[in-house]
Amino acid sequence: MRYSLKEEIKNFSFVLPALSIFFFFYIIPFIYTFFLALHQGSGLSSLKFVGLENFKRILSPQGTAIIVIFIGGILVVFSFWFKKKIKNRFLKIVKTASIIMGIICIIYGIKELGEVLSSGWVIDKEWWASVGRSFYITLWALTFQNFLAFALALCVDKAIRTGYIYRAIFFLLPVISEIIFGLLIRSLLLPYPGVLAHFLKKLGLENLVRDWLNDPRYALTTLAFVHCWRGFGWGFVILLAGLQTIPQTLYEAARIDGAGAWQRFIKITLPLMLPVIVLVVILTILGTVQVIGLPMVLTRGGPAGKTTVSVLRIYNDLKNYHAGYASCEGIVLGIILITLSFTLIKISNRLKKV
Amino acid sequence: MHTFLILVAISCIFPFIWMINSSLKPNSEFLSDYGFRLPHKIMWKNYYIAFCEGKLGIYFLNSIIYTFVSVVGIVLVASLAGYSLSRLQFRGKNFIFHLFLAAMMIPTPAGFVPLYVLLKAIGLLNTRIGYCLAMINVGLSLSIYLYKTFFDNLPRDLEDAARIDGCNRLRIWWHVILPLAKPATAVVVIFNALNVWNEFVLALVIFSNRNLMPLQVGLKEFASSPVGLTNYTALLAGLTIASLPIIIIYLIMQKHIIKGITAGALVG
Repeated sequence: MRYSLKEEIKNFSFVLPALSIFFFFYIIPFIYTFFLALHQGSGLSSLKFVGLENFKRILSPQGTAIIVIFIGGILVVFSFWFKKKIKNRFLKIVKTASIIMGIICIIYGIKELGEVLSSGWVIDKEWWASVGRSFYITLWALTFQNFLAFALALCVDKAIRTGYIYRAIFFLLPVISEIIFGLLIRSLLLPYPGVLAHFLKKLGLENLVRDWLNDPRYALTTLAFVHCWRGFGWGFVILLAGLQTIPQTLYEAARIDGAGAWQRFIKITLPLMLPVIVLVVILTILGTVQVIGLPMVLTRGGPAGKTTVSVLRIYNDLKNYHAGYASCEGIVLGIILITLSFTLIKISNRLKKV
Repeated sequence: MHTFLILVAISCIFPFIWMINSSLKPNSEFLSDYGFRLPHKIMWKNYYIAFCEGKLGIYFLNSIIYTFVSVVGIVLVASLAGYSLSRLQFRGKNFIFHLFLAAMMIPTPAGFVPLYVLLKAIGLLNTRIGYCLAMINVGLSLSIYLYKTFFDNLPRDLEDAARIDGCNRLRIWWHVILPLAKPATAVVVIFNALNVWNEFVLALVIFSNRNLMPLQVGLKEFASSPVGLTNYTALLAGLTIASLPIIIIYLIMQKHIIKGITAGALVG
């Protein structure tokens, strides 16, 4: 059924409001990020074009050159792979353009590498330290938070009558915003008035008392714990939903065949829960690396910057009028995250086939 | 096993009980008993301080405005888009849908950086409308996906009947589709209302005028203000004001809320 142009325009108008908002608030900023990353300064008037300077600062000049060569190589290889599919002129133009751009990248990269190979290796250590802190917290989240969530889900799965009460309680914490929770825990943890310290002393656990928020040695781990404590409700609900899709008959059959609880867990629960576990892992990584609210209110970036995580660093750079550099950091972090999730999905697909 | 569950449950709830308890006593009493004893006499002054001096009343009102406007906006815009992507034909339909999907999948950690520069250039920085539009954008991809899949599974009978009766597209949408989409709308409303209410980073970046700030950013301001830094009970009163509505709504509707939010998350 062919529609007239007038009909088509009327149909299209339904998606127009969404598309316009999406265009102005997502597409344009997305493209603008790359534009900004090649500039320094902040605000439309004070931008100065600096080419790959920002990237050189983050990845070291040598690293940038190597990556440029790498991108060039990918472009050339990709366009030759495209050879089979040249159907219309548009793709032909794309293919030629990418070959040309690829070769330019390789030549430029090699030239840069030659110039820069002899000089020292300068890299923005603070930035990579902040990325490391984000991943440190993520590590805690993947272990403590998700193990706790899984353990609780397993317990609640068996407690059928009172299960929904626990589900309600545990999911309450993620529903409360991280700001409220962070400020609440901060009030408990501060050395003055020292509420938690007093509580521990009364329990006789005085040697556990530390300056959790202000001691550079413990601040980051404290932040990780608070984040995990708030976040386990998410994993709990998703894992519980997954557990409840496993039919009880499988467990019954296994019990009749004489399998113990541990065996039932390893042979039935884990394999069937694998997709859900992978989903929770990916969501945890993506969510935890980008955390910013909790560090900001719990430790304000921490004693001597020890809890400045990656996105907090980007925000601080924006506030200090380094919008270009902040964009560049964002791009680097985004690429890391995309690569990670891509790899995880590929691994999980391979595991599913087993 | 049950002790484990009960221990964790108590550790979750206890901070909130402590928070409410401490907010009802004067700061001096709090400093001496650490908030672990019931107040000698219930005092509401902390709430007054938080509400007026700490401006929590203004922040609260702002949050309500932003949440309401954004959620209504998302429901209208996303249901229109979802309906057209599902039932209407036009060029580029597939491309546009995959565009929205891709936006959901690609993590943009520093999304607020170009948004800040661009909004400043247009002059929408520090305005209510700028923030509401940004909030609508945040929830757009997921909501459109939810609506489209819902409409895909909707039987066409009522729609066809309305078309035979002579309704044009817009009237079909308003009178037939939207009422039928109530389940999807419920999920969209719950998910987005929670997201906008708890949103922090964009509000922090966009607003510099205290009177326009929503609740979360306002709390941060309050906590770093002289009052918030010294008067702990006032701060806790502020936190109670901020969290009690959510806790109450959550307890009433938790089944729906959990269903709605996990539906939203599992899509991703």
